[in-house]
Amino acid sequence: MRFYEYESRRIVERAGIPVTKYGFCTTADEARKATEEIGGSVVIKSQVLTGGRMKAGGVKFADTPDEAAEHAAAILELEINGHMPKGVLVDPKAEVAQEYYAGVVWDGTRKRPLMLFSDMGGIDIEEVADKHPDHVGRGHLSNLVDPSDFQAKEVIAHTGVTGSALTRATPILARLARLMRDYDMTLAEINPLARLEDGRFVALDAHMEMENEARPRQKPLLDDLGIEPTDTREPYEPSEFERNVKAIDSADHRGVIQGKDHGFAGNLGLVIGAGGGSLTLTDAVRSQGGKPANYTEIGGNPSVAKACGLAKQVLKKDGVEKIAVMMSIVSNTRVDIVARGVIKACLELGKDPAETIAVFRIPGAWEEEGEKILKRYGVEYCDRSVSMWEAAARAVSKIQEVPA
Amino acid sequence: MSVLLSQDFTFIVQGITGREAVNLTRECLDYGSKVVGGVTPGRKGREVHGVPVFDTVEQVVDSLGYVPDGSVVTVPPAFTKDAVFEAIVRGIKLVVIVTERIPRRDVAEMVELADRNDARIIGPNCLGVIVPEVCKMGGIGGPAKDAAKAYTPGSIGVMSRSGGMTTEISSTLTAAGLGQSTAVSIGGDAIIGSTYAELMPLFEADEQTEGIVIYTEPGGRMEAQLSEWVAENDSRLPIVAFMAGRFMDDEEMKGMTFGHAGTIVEGKEDTATEKIARLEAAGIPVVERIDEIPDAVKDKLGARV
Repeated sequence: MRFYEYESRRIVERAGIPVTKYGFCTTADEARKATEEIGGSVVIKSQVLTGGRMKAGGVKFADTPDEAAEHAAAILELEINGHMPKGVLVDPKAEVAQEYYAGVVWDGTRKRPLMLFSDMGGIDIEEVADKHPDHVGRGHLSNLVDPSDFQAKEVIAHTGVTGSALTRATPILARLARLMRDYDMTLAEINPLARLEDGRFVALDAHMEMENEARPRQKPLLDDLGIEPTDTREPYEPSEFERNVKAIDSADHRGVIQGKDHGFAGNLGLVIGAGGGSLTLTDAVRSQGGKPANYTEIGGNPSVAKACGLAKQVLKKDGVEKIAVMMSIVSNTRVDIVARGVIKACLELGKDPAETIAVFRIPGAWEEEGEKILKRYGVEYCDRSVSMWEAAARAVSKIQEVPA
Repeated sequence: MSVLLSQDFTFIVQGITGREAVNLTRECLDYGSKVVGGVTPGRKGREVHGVPVFDTVEQVVDSLGYVPDGSVVTVPPAFTKDAVFEAIVRGIKLVVIVTERIPRRDVAEMVELADRNDARIIGPNCLGVIVPEVCKMGGIGGPAKDAAKAYTPGSIGVMSRSGGMTTEISSTLTAAGLGQSTAVSIGGDAIIGSTYAELMPLFEADEQTEGIVIYTEPGGRMEAQLSEWVAENDSRLPIVAFMAGRFMDDEEMKGMTFGHAGTIVEGKEDTATEKIARLEAAGIPVVERIDEIPDAVKDKLGARV
């Protein structure tokens, strides 16, 4: 999950990393007060979870509290890439002597956190690494031993930084490394990390991302930031379909169903599974000219009610005439239970299963029983001799028979 | 021969009294696997399908008089790290982690402890390992009779980020007369115990294995790592890959995850298009359809002679 800039600021502050005085405001009046408290010139920044703020006019400078209020009012109304801001961040215009970069990321290949530091801050670290590799220091951390200050010192020293800049930046990078571990971040970056004219270091901008799987155990931090469990931080707003599928899934602990339709706008409803099977089948449908109306995953042996609920949601989508019920070979999820579920969905919506189910291809556990049930309703059953590709082909050809 | 498992391989199940674990134990016993004990804290003295249950791994070891070869860990995410640490510290050398939704910090800690103790982790978020007609460790392939339909002994090593697709691919190979030496469901998370490249030396050293099939997805650097391994090691094994999730490269799918936690695309190198290019540059053909795999494997095996 991503954090807003003002939340990331709070997170580094909690970890003992110095920041400038700042204010998070949701009204123009609050922005005026924050500017008065900070004193002097300020920057007003839109708080949105998307890039390109500067270009879109979401970052403005102000010399007086009135000017700050005026800019804040405009920015609070400004939509950026389809996102309305959650508020504005008011920051003092800092007297910066030099900008640095400090970051800790996962190295998936080494399976260890990697500390990064550069004396060329303010720009994208990948660009620096590419063009000025000698200006980037790196160091892997152990997962079992606490990060030590000397490790941060080594990484910083690799860039040639010495003197008081080295001794002042060292605890900041070390604290960032501990913060990354303690808060289950997948990314913890301070960019720029600024050395002010008076020699102090402050984090001017921070970027934090937390692993979704860690949300339950990071509840104290999330509570402190006022982030509700329902605030999923998806890159887009969930659709009605997505919300309904989620509600059906939560209502019953047996099995797991998931549904997404963001980015899909076709006429073929997909009732598919499991993880890898769904990816494979979605590709197979699209590669053969089919237009999926949605994406789903069925796994972990859901109940009849759950399979039925999912199929109904897919069938209720605008423009969906038929559904393709397909999975890779199942060993846990039962074929007969999914068959019962999808047939029940058709019947309850007053549709003929034989017409509505374009293809049913789920080989594996309880397949004989599944086939019997489908036969009773005139639905053809495809076993493992029908490949996933061929099953998708049949679904696509059936949907293309539907008069437009 | 085979990799990871053999006829005499013994293992325990940690979390054995859970609903899924009870099924898994039954399936493995039916398949002929040697499940020699189980652990659930507080349940000492019970039995699961004749397998004795203990409170600690230490008790299992004391009761057996030897350290079992492996452990299947299927406990809730919050307790997984502790269970895996217990297994490794008590000397178990192969740990299959079934549990999903484990934060990657925990996974990384488990992997580092395993490395220090000369142990290996498969998973998390996986279905385990199977050597056809010899041993099944985990839920892979399902009930014994279903596993027998999909998996037959032979010369192809299978590695897959998707548990279900391990079975789908093996079944497709079986139907085409190509058996499997060992099939490994390596897990769908961003950080896993054993990647393709980390398992390749085992297959390389296995006389039975003559070719490899991998199932891959967007997200992570695992395929790039395999490409590098192939380039650096003069491997005798031809590899055929299948890439799922090509649709995730579409602009409107940016930032979304599908299928497994590990499919989150964090950099340009992670996309399906980029991965296919890398694999092919390393001489690994990437087929578009599962049913094209057997012919691609036969082509590769034929070309080698």
